[in-house]
Amino acid sequence: MGKFLEKFPDPLARLIVVVVALAALGAFAYFVLIPKPVKDIEKQWADAIKREKARPVRYAGFQACEECHGEVQAKKKTGYHRDLSCETCHGPAKAHTEDPDKVKPTIPTARAFCPQCHAYNPSRPRGFPQINPVAHNPLKPCTSCHNPHDPKPPTTPKECSACHGEIARMKAVSHHVQLECTVCHEAPQQHKVSPRSVKPSKPQSREFCGKCHGRDAKEKLAANAPKINLAEHGEKYVCWQCHYPHSPEVEQ
Amino acid sequence: MNGRRSFLRGFLTVLLSGGTIGGILQILPSKADAREAPPKGQKWYGFGVSIEKCIGCARCMDACKNENNVPKEPFFVRTWVERYITRKNGQTTVKAIAPGDEATPEAASDRTILRSFFVPKLCNQCANPPCVQVCPVGATFQTKDGVVLVNEKTCIGCRYCIQACPYGARYLHPASHTADKCTFCYHRISQGQLPACVEVCPTQARVFGDLNAAASPMSRFLRMNKIHTLKPGLNTEPKVFYANLDGEVR
Amino acid sequence: MNPELIRSLQELLPQIQGYIYPNEIEIHWGLLIVVYPYITGVVAGAFILASLVKVFNVKEVQPLYRLSLLTALAYLLVAPMALVSHLGHPERFYEILLTPQTSSAMAMFGFVYAWYLMAVLLLEIWFVHRTDMIDMAEQSTGAKRLLYRVLSLFSKDKGERAVAFDHSALKVITIVGIPSAFLLHGYVGFIFGSIKANPWWSSVLIPIVFLFSAIVSGIALVVLLYMIITPLTGGKINMKCVDKAVDFLFYAVIVDFSLEMVDFIHRVYQSEEEIKILSEMVMNKLFASLIIIQVLLGMLVPLLLISLTKIFKKRFSLNEDMRKMVYFISVILIQFGIFATRWNVVIGGQMFSKSFRGLTTYKMEFGGIEGLLYAIVLLALPIAILFVLLKVLPPWKELREEGETGAEALGSAGM
Repeated sequence: MGKFLEKFPDPLARLIVVVVALAALGAFAYFVLIPKPVKDIEKQWADAIKREKARPVRYAGFQACEECHGEVQAKKKTGYHRDLSCETCHGPAKAHTEDPDKVKPTIPTARAFCPQCHAYNPSRPRGFPQINPVAHNPLKPCTSCHNPHDPKPPTTPKECSACHGEIARMKAVSHHVQLECTVCHEAPQQHKVSPRSVKPSKPQSREFCGKCHGRDAKEKLAANAPKINLAEHGEKYVCWQCHYPHSPEVEQ
Repeated sequence: MNGRRSFLRGFLTVLLSGGTIGGILQILPSKADAREAPPKGQKWYGFGVSIEKCIGCARCMDACKNENNVPKEPFFVRTWVERYITRKNGQTTVKAIAPGDEATPEAASDRTILRSFFVPKLCNQCANPPCVQVCPVGATFQTKDGVVLVNEKTCIGCRYCIQACPYGARYLHPASHTADKCTFCYHRISQGQLPACVEVCPTQARVFGDLNAAASPMSRFLRMNKIHTLKPGLNTEPKVFYANLDGEVR
Repeated sequence: MNPELIRSLQELLPQIQGYIYPNEIEIHWGLLIVVYPYITGVVAGAFILASLVKVFNVKEVQPLYRLSLLTALAYLLVAPMALVSHLGHPERFYEILLTPQTSSAMAMFGFVYAWYLMAVLLLEIWFVHRTDMIDMAEQSTGAKRLLYRVLSLFSKDKGERAVAFDHSALKVITIVGIPSAFLLHGYVGFIFGSIKANPWWSSVLIPIVFLFSAIVSGIALVVLLYMIITPLTGGKINMKCVDKAVDFLFYAVIVDFSLEMVDFIHRVYQSEEEIKILSEMVMNKLFASLIIIQVLLGMLVPLLLISLTKIFKKRFSLNEDMRKMVYFISVILIQFGIFATRWNVVIGGQMFSKSFRGLTTYKMEFGGIEGLLYAIVLLALPIAILFVLLKVLPPWKELREEGETGAEALGSAGM
């Protein structure tokens, strides 16, 4: 060994010794001292997956309640809340399925609970039933009129604004404030029961708006409405392709 | 002497150039990315969000925090819902909603609103995840069924993945000091259940399923809607698909 | 859980402007990650200065050679402390060496760092000092003697063959060392520049800008140290050396400034989506640190001052003290400027939301691991280490010699 190293200049020889020693030490540490799991990434991933899968479940799932609460499910299945999981309102219930007598899910009765979904909010989709929680039967708990498992209102709403809150509110501060929804839309009674399958009608032609806004309009209500020449105004488009009927803007 | 020298030169040239070419080929995106037909029965999870169905009730946020031990404070979320309001003057404002938010000032009629909607957000479980690419210790990885998980036993908390995520989906868990994020409720979906947020959504705005399944809510979702993903230009190949996503959404 | 953290995040809430993703309120890479590229920058810059002597044969800066190498080593030893301290689990840092992800720049950087430290810097320092260490071993006794014997790897050979090998090895190491130094700090730039999610960082130019600002900070720091240490240890400042070093500093600052200007002009001209929020961030949140400290005080004022000394060469060469003062002020301003550069890149990149709709704030703590106090300790520690290194491997002979005569005199001592 000494003979071999003598071939090299002194500093190089010493460095070779040091490097080889360090490499040997490193190799020993890596291959012998360090336990396999620390080096094996595939094993670490497999263990992580196992651990992840073993995490406790808190929500039992929409099918878990049927077994014991079949009658409630049957009632819910035909109502407006049929698409909701039980746990949407009752909170996580896995613990309840495991020990039904000791652990009970919450039964939300506070008035603040339902407006979390049903309070009026202009960002909510059109047609979603919304109320003003301050004005709508104040102080009464929601459940006194609405069965949460079949929440149809005690009486069929007369006003369209019950579900079409945004449109109603927009219209209320627009030029069309005096027009009832039924002036332009025919809503069969069935629409209030089964809104998605039976839709109200909508005007189809320019002449409809012309009944109030044409030059020769005869409607009493339209006495002060702006009048246009139906034949020339707005090229080939129907009126609502430019004007939003629920808040008809006019060029200033 | 010359022969040896020229041999060495040649050998080194081949070695270096071969190594360089090999190295370059390694880092170029492989053609066999995520588009190969998966083996039969192999699940590949995806998620669908219908913008026009979300009512912004935030029950998904609650459910997620309950199910996954996410800290209750608003600074750490695995999923959240944004509210967009575009006004007639073209300005768009965005706010993250919180469960139990008071009825907004816009409760009364607001004629300046042109469009307004809610956008649920969560980890996109990208098929080409930038977070996995940058993790120095391999603590975050993609499972065979397309879910990106974090191994909290090996995560060193360097926060590189949090910086690399374009969607703000990750956070550092204040108790474990490791990176954390939505896992599609991996512990639930492995048992055939739905993620907690999908479970409690009252309007079915969130849809979950196997992208490879022939018939599922996911396949119908992908058929019946115009589909968009978030930040497609970054080529992360997100697996959370949005129906009717507005262009204002980032 | 962590009431401190929750409290500090709570305080940040009212400072948010616009909309940020909820998870973005916590700034993840804070002061420690600002300190880190500053420190590695000094390493790269000091090494480049050293290589000016060895590879490019700039004899005038010979007195700074050993000082730069030791400065580079002192800073390199502290650099990983900043990183490991910042981790959520510092005790798991070894994983980066055992199961590194090859696609991760951060992981691969660990190996670049190790390579640079071991193969380049330590080797170069060893070869430079080997014969001196043999001498010092002979002249000392007891523990000190053992120290030098160990450091020199028990070498005793001062013969022609060994010394000649020292020379050629040094040349090779320095040649290899230059791209290694570029890689060391370029990699840090790449770690930021490769994050496509963040448009403030994601730029092809970031590694280059990082590198040049590193060169600037390294050269400036070594000049600063030289100007402080020499009079403190009873020597006389070699103005020829300092003039030449400041020359290189001047050119480096010009290149750095030009690169940053190019990046700025490019961004504004292309005017991509993120330009709105980024401009808002620069004007609202980064105005002091970017416009005032980084650009004005850190680059333009030193450029102006040094240009003045060049323009009024004749007048100033009479008044050496004036020139010394100008240089002294410039290199100090440059340190602040480069630190501000790191701050603006790291903190700036996290102050705007990836939704491009909002800005948040970074609140620097005083105590704690991410606090100002610890950062100051980390910045001062290399000076302390350098103090020890200068005691063990004193560069005074080289430092004191006047320019070229010094180089000749040292030529026989294996330099």
